[in-house]
Amino acid sequence: MPLTKRIIPCIDVDLDENGDAAVYTGVNFEDLRYTGDPVEMAKKYNAAGADEFVFLDITASAEGRETMLDTVSAVADECFIPLTVGGGIRTREDIKETLRAGADKVSINSGAIANPELVTKGAESFGSQCIVISVDSKRRFDERGEHYVEVDGESCWFECTVKGGREGTGLDVVEWAVEAEERGAGELFVNSIDADGTEEGYDIPLTAAVCDAVSTPVIASSGCGGPEDMYEVFTDAGADAALAASIFHFDEYGIDEVKAYLDEHGLPIRL
Amino acid sequence: MNSRADIVVVDYGLGNLRSATRGLERAGADVTITDDPEAFAAADGVVLPGVGAFREGMENAGPYRDALTEHAEAGRPLFGICLGMQMLLTSSEEAERAGQGDVTGLDLIPGRNVRFRDVETVPHMGWNDLSVERDHPVVEGVDGKYAYFVHSYYAEPDDDDAVMASTDYGRRFPAIVANEAGNVFGTQFHPEKSGETGLRILRNFVDYCVEQ
Repeated sequence: MPLTKRIIPCIDVDLDENGDAAVYTGVNFEDLRYTGDPVEMAKKYNAAGADEFVFLDITASAEGRETMLDTVSAVADECFIPLTVGGGIRTREDIKETLRAGADKVSINSGAIANPELVTKGAESFGSQCIVISVDSKRRFDERGEHYVEVDGESCWFECTVKGGREGTGLDVVEWAVEAEERGAGELFVNSIDADGTEEGYDIPLTAAVCDAVSTPVIASSGCGGPEDMYEVFTDAGADAALAASIFHFDEYGIDEVKAYLDEHGLPIRL
Repeated sequence: MNSRADIVVVDYGLGNLRSATRGLERAGADVTITDDPEAFAAADGVVLPGVGAFREGMENAGPYRDALTEHAEAGRPLFGICLGMQMLLTSSEEAERAGQGDVTGLDLIPGRNVRFRDVETVPHMGWNDLSVERDHPVVEGVDGKYAYFVHSYYAEPDDDDAVMASTDYGRRFPAIVANEAGNVFGTQFHPEKSGETGLRILRNFVDYCVEQ
């Protein structure tokens, strides 16, 4: 058997009004809705047969940071599958603290764009297997890109954005993916601002462009509305793993249901 | 099994001790994390975890070499995880490739660790299935099940009988190796991150330690 395609639930964690960590689920990076307790959700997905678990700290505040590391530890204690933690990681020390709290991998986004050397240093110090580079891509139909693909009959490139898609960086996603891989990133985590929260399917042109450019495993994220979308991103784009949040959090689909569908359609899946 | 086993997890400065410990506790063990080789004698079993490079691992494990050898030769259970498994062998291509010369492993299972060749992606990372090759209480109930791997090197024991379970990644390679007596073994994958299957192996190990 080849390696299985991985199904990964993801939680976005913020502080609630009492200063406790809570999971929120959003649409287009806005309209956050309270979804549950991080530890309870980790238990649920662990028991349900998730292949990995992703925890994103969206507090982006200094006071949130400590609470988050405690929450990461509590989640890690219930996670007998690989745990990736991201959000606000900017230094080697941040990586170390997060791994020490119990994460198996860290996901780094704007911290790596601001300081690409962090990818190199992180991989050297802790191993490529724990350095995941995450991008928030936005489609651009102008002349500033490096790698163009045809989308809806128009020529399009993908820009790395920061601050939940509100700020462009001018950096081409495909270009950056190749650089991150060369610097030692062990996986690429590809989010799409255009597809996020739509439940209309993953950004296939984006995911395919990244998969074609690198040999590092690619985790497709944003836009999943159901198992057909996962099938599409595995077969049409070549993703190694598919991440989803709302379809699992709002019980539209169970992990087992999604996996059974993909298995029936001939994909290698851990049942 | 109702009786609990006292398991020692060796803290030699590398590896995810927290998850290995939590997995063993969930499997019914009383776990002590220790950097004191004297503590091995009182334990029902010793676990050697590990993430990182072979040379660094062996250098850090230097102070434990004699105690681990003694423990293994007394026929008592020793379980290596990932790099901890690779360290049970004699040598590794990794140290040579890095220009660090010959680094001697614990040599409890004669053989060498070699790098994957002719495969699309190294490291081998993700969930892959196990084929049990040799009966042993530790691998009961896990044939055909999936485990979580992250590694670029794999064990090549001198004796084929040392392969307790194998996995396919471009070629067949040992997923679990053991010495002849069966008291020293190691998994290339991470049982503490392999869901129910991993917990089953840890429970099997804890039961085995109690019986010894």
